[in-house]
Formats: sequence, structure tokens, C-alpha cells
Amino acid sequence: MKVTLQNLTKIFPGRGRKNPQPVRAVNSFTLEIPDGKLVGLLGPSGCGKSTMLNLLSGLLEPTEGRIFFGDDDVTGLPAEHRGVGLVFQNYALYPHLTVEQNITFPLENLRGKDRLTKAQMAEKARQAASLVQIQHLMERKPGELSGGQQQRVAIARALVKMPRILLLDEPLSNLDARLRLQTREEIRRIQKQTGITTVFVTHDQEEAMSICDLILVMKEGDLQQMGHPQQVYDDPANLFVAKFLGTPPINTFTGTVRSGGLYLGQQRVLEVGEVPEGDVEVAIRPESFVPEETGPLTCGLDRVEVMGRDVSALCRHGSFTGETFRIIIDADDRQKLTGSTVNFRLKPNKVFLFRRDTGERIRF
Amino acid sequence: MEQNNRKAWLYLLPAMAFLGAFLVYPLVDVLVYSFEEGFNFASQTCFGIGLYNYRYVLSDPYFLQALKNTLILVLITVPVSTGLALLISLGLSSIGKLRQLYQTIFFLPYVTNTLAVGLVFMILFKKTPYSDGLANLVLGLFGAAPVDFISGPYWAKMLVLSLYTIWIVMPFKILILTSALAGVNPTYYAAARVDGTGRLRIFTKITLPMISPTVFYLIITGFIGAFKAYSDAVALFGVDLNAAGMNTLVGYVYDMLYGNSGGYPSYASAAAMLLFAIVLTITCINLLVSRKHIHYV
Repeated sequence: MKVTLQNLTKIFPGRGRKNPQPVRAVNSFTLEIPDGKLVGLLGPSGCGKSTMLNLLSGLLEPTEGRIFFGDDDVTGLPAEHRGVGLVFQNYALYPHLTVEQNITFPLENLRGKDRLTKAQMAEKARQAASLVQIQHLMERKPGELSGGQQQRVAIARALVKMPRILLLDEPLSNLDARLRLQTREEIRRIQKQTGITTVFVTHDQEEAMSICDLILVMKEGDLQQMGHPQQVYDDPANLFVAKFLGTPPINTFTGTVRSGGLYLGQQRVLEVGEVPEGDVEVAIRPESFVPEETGPLTCGLDRVEVMGRDVSALCRHGSFTGETFRIIIDADDRQKLTGSTVNFRLKPNKVFLFRRDTGERIRF
Repeated sequence: MEQNNRKAWLYLLPAMAFLGAFLVYPLVDVLVYSFEEGFNFASQTCFGIGLYNYRYVLSDPYFLQALKNTLILVLITVPVSTGLALLISLGLSSIGKLRQLYQTIFFLPYVTNTLAVGLVFMILFKKTPYSDGLANLVLGLFGAAPVDFISGPYWAKMLVLSLYTIWIVMPFKILILTSALAGVNPTYYAAARVDGTGRLRIFTKITLPMISPTVFYLIITGFIGAFKAYSDAVALFGVDLNAAGMNTLVGYVYDMLYGNSGGYPSYASAAAMLLFAIVLTITCINLLVSRKHIHYV
């Protein structure tokens, strides 16, 4: 099911004397999520991701704007009539019911012509359970399951009604690192298998990058950028997006553009062509640095860390915004990192310029 | 280990000494008294040992009346007060504005003196030569003949006593239930809403099981409290409860101890043991029945 948002806005009124300012949790979203995609809603804590999810699910009513599932306007429709499956961050499994009862719970609510017999419900529950591979746990209570298993039960419960849209709120945040990797693959597999348009909220950019067809980056209620993960990574719209994506994080420098060249300190490090002259924020991906004797950028070398596949080094430079910054180079270039200073050439497609005042991208 | 054990017993000693002296010893003593025929406090003597006290008490019409009154009171007030308290708590937890105010109002009876409230109930329900009382005034609007609720027919007196007891015990239950309801994680309700669960089903399938330990606690303590009813009856009908036909089991025990300027401690002990046995049995049944329906998370 295609999801279309038109000018969607949610404002929470200010509360009391301490917080009199109303909060714009979601600010004028207009976008279209194509059918059958896995979409990651990405942003730091408090950026309005969960509010967005609750607007989609119908648990919250928007202040302004419209939501369409396919061609249906569902804006005024309460949650129960939207046909969404929602997986909560804490799973919200009913602790007094068995796994099977939890999964059949949504089915038992069906009335009228949709009403199912006990046998039909059991069959549907079995199908949902086998999709997430928990058939053997049907008689257990949620308290007797591990975090990962509870997660699967929650997904099965959300899927059993064959929702038009599946929504997941921070689905991996309660799992340990290993399980997180495993479960995110699992979510990807389940989504592919069912073909249900899925939106999941996360603050972990790696998670979103690894499994999503599309990511939406949010900050303080505003949509920053939407696109395929690789495309957003390679072509960030602003400084925030550039900083938010990538591990290790992007390195930011203060630089100047003069006569078609980018200067870091006194060194002309890159030819940028037709760019208005003046001070700029420069963001350089760690993998952009190539050690070369004749390279234009000279950095101090603090420490080299070998991580097997590639080599990471901590460097210093006068115009870097922090103390030291991390670069990643090919393991073959390891021997070029010697002495107390190293010269680098920069890969131009991994260097981004941003306006000082607004953080907007300056393309070159 | 041995050392630890000795220390543990030492720590427990003060509590055990108090409980032993003021709880276990009297309990055993009452049991002994109940088998001693014609025990006399002053001379500390008795005529003999046997079941005579029980036989006497069980054939005493006053005791049977008290037993009947108490059972009716228990069967009416426990379910009604718990049910009503649940309804009111649900209402309280679903309103936003004025919630604090209502919570305070509903809690007020708890801090009010039993006898003072009894007086107010008298004014509401008593029929005197000068006035029929407020209750009769209201009933009169519907064309009913005035009834004396305080010294009139049995059902009327029982009705007032039940109303009074319910009114007195509800605040505590409301307090406990409101906090139990507040303790239910709201995401359960959100999850149920997304799945299209009706309000009634949310209540029976989610809310009630979630607060079932609290409800169970209130039912058990409610039963025990209602079986021990006494002061409520006194507040409404005065100290001569036998004459009013409104005595309770505890009232009977009290009368046997202090009535007739000397008392019958043996009969009182036998009646007290019977009360103890009844409460114990009911509590055990409660525990057994509830095991299936209570969900401790």
C-alpha cells in the first residue's frame, strides 16, 4: 500500500508555566512512500519520529495535513479502522496471555462478516508464527521468552491481520548487539516475504542504512532528506544529514573558498570551481583521505589502528573543529602512514561544502 | 552458616516476642477457654472440659441471628463495594480535569469517624414522630409509604446497614484500585486500540487481568473485614444490638464478654473460635478459587 502525506503537521500545545512554547513535533511533511518498501524513519532522540509513527497508526490526530493509504484518505480514521500493524518499542505483549492468545488477540476483535471461527484463527496464528519462526513457543507466556523471541511474537501479532501498513517503533533497541544484527536481517526477510509497506523508527543510522529501501532523516520535526540510503550518504542535503550518517562519523573542518580552490588553513586542498568565495563548513568522509607524498593536505599523525580489512588512523589538523579526527585507508597503504605528519589527497566526491550560517549544501 | 542463623534469630527476636505474647498466646488461650465450661475470670476456675460451650452457642438464637446478619452483610457488601469501587476508579482514571478533586472527595469517608457518619445516616434514615427522615422524603416522591429504617422491619435495617458499610469501605478500595489502574502500562491500551479492541473487551481481557492481584487482595480483606463488622451496627442501632435484631458475630462475642455484668468468657471464646474458623475457611476457598484467575506478572 502506497502511503502519501500532504503537509502533515503535529503541534503539541505548551504545558504549564514551565513549558509555555508549543512543540512542532512533525512539521509539514509532504512525501510519498511507494508500495512494498521498507522505510527507515531516522533521527536523533526527540526529533519527532515516534510522533510521526503514531500519526500513521492513528493513535495521534494530526494538527494539519492529510494521510492517504493508497487512495483512501485515512486522516480522520481511528486506529482500529486503519488496518495498521504496530510493533511497540517494549513489545506490549499481554503478559497474562500465551503467545498464541497474544497473536490471535487482534483476530478475535473482528466482527460481522470478517468474523473468524476458532479453527481459522488458530490457522492464521500458526501461519504468522511460522513466518517469524516461533511455532514451538505458542504455549508459553511472554515472561518466559527472551527479548528476541518477544520481538518476534510482537511482529507476528502485528502481521496476523495482514495489515495494510506495518509500523515498528525502535524494534531493535531492546536487543543485545548480536541479536540486533540477526533481527534486522529477519525484519528485512519478513518484509520481503509479505510485501507489506513497512515503516520503522530508529535512531541508529547503521541499522537504517543496512536494511532499508528508503530512509527519511528527521531533525526537530523537520524532514531533512529522503532517499535510498546510499544516495543520502553520498549526497547529503545539509550538514546535519552529513554528520548523522556514517560510522565513523564525518569529519568537519572550517575552510575558505578562494579563487576556485578550497583552503584548509593555508593549504589549497581541492579545486572546487564555480563556488562563491568565503568561509565554509567542510565535511570530509573518513574514507576520503588517500595518503600520497605529494598530497596537498598535511596532517599530524597521532595513532594508527589496524582493524584487519582496513586501517584507521587518528590525525590532527589546525582547521578541524575538534581535537583529533579519524580516517580510514586501504590496508595496502598502511606503510605510507609513518612519521609525525602525513600528506593526503582528498577524493572530491566524499568532500562536502556547507554554508556556515544555515548548514545548507554548496555543490561544486 | 550457623553463625548467620543465630544472628537471624536474634534479629527476629523482638518481633517474635511481641507476636508471641500478644497474638499467638491469646489465640491459643481463647482456644483453651472455649473448651472450658463455665470459666470464671475472677477465680480462674472452670467446671470441666468439653464441647458444651459450642453446643450452647450454636443453639443460642441470638448467635444464629448474628450469624445470619453477618453472612447477609458479607454477601451484599463485599461484591457491591468492590464492584462499585472498580467502576468509580475506572471513571476516575479516565477523566483528566478535576481528577484530584474527585479523588479527594471519594477518599473523605475514609478519614471520617464511624460514629459521626452513623449519626448522619440516622438523620437520613430514621423516622421520628416529627420527621420521616430524608430517605423517606425522597421515597415519598415516588409514592412509597414511609418506612422506619432504623427501628422498623428487618430488611430496611439490613439495607441501611449494608449501605452504611459499603459507604465506609469504598474509599480505601477506590484508592487502591486507582493506583493499580495507573500502574497498567498505557502501551497495552494503545496496542489494543490499534488492533480494534472494543472498550468492554479491553476491560475484561486486559485491564481486569492486569489488576487482578489487587482486586483479589481487596476481596480477601473485604471478606475478613465484613465478617468482623461491629462498630457500624453500633453506630446505627445502638449498643443493644440483640434487641434490635441486628447483632453481628463480633457483637455477640462482645456481649458475651461484657454483657450482664460479669460475662461468659467461655461462650465468647467458643463464638470467637467459630468466627475464626469461618473466616479461615472462606479465605482458603478464596485462595483456591482465585489461583486460576489471578495473574501475577
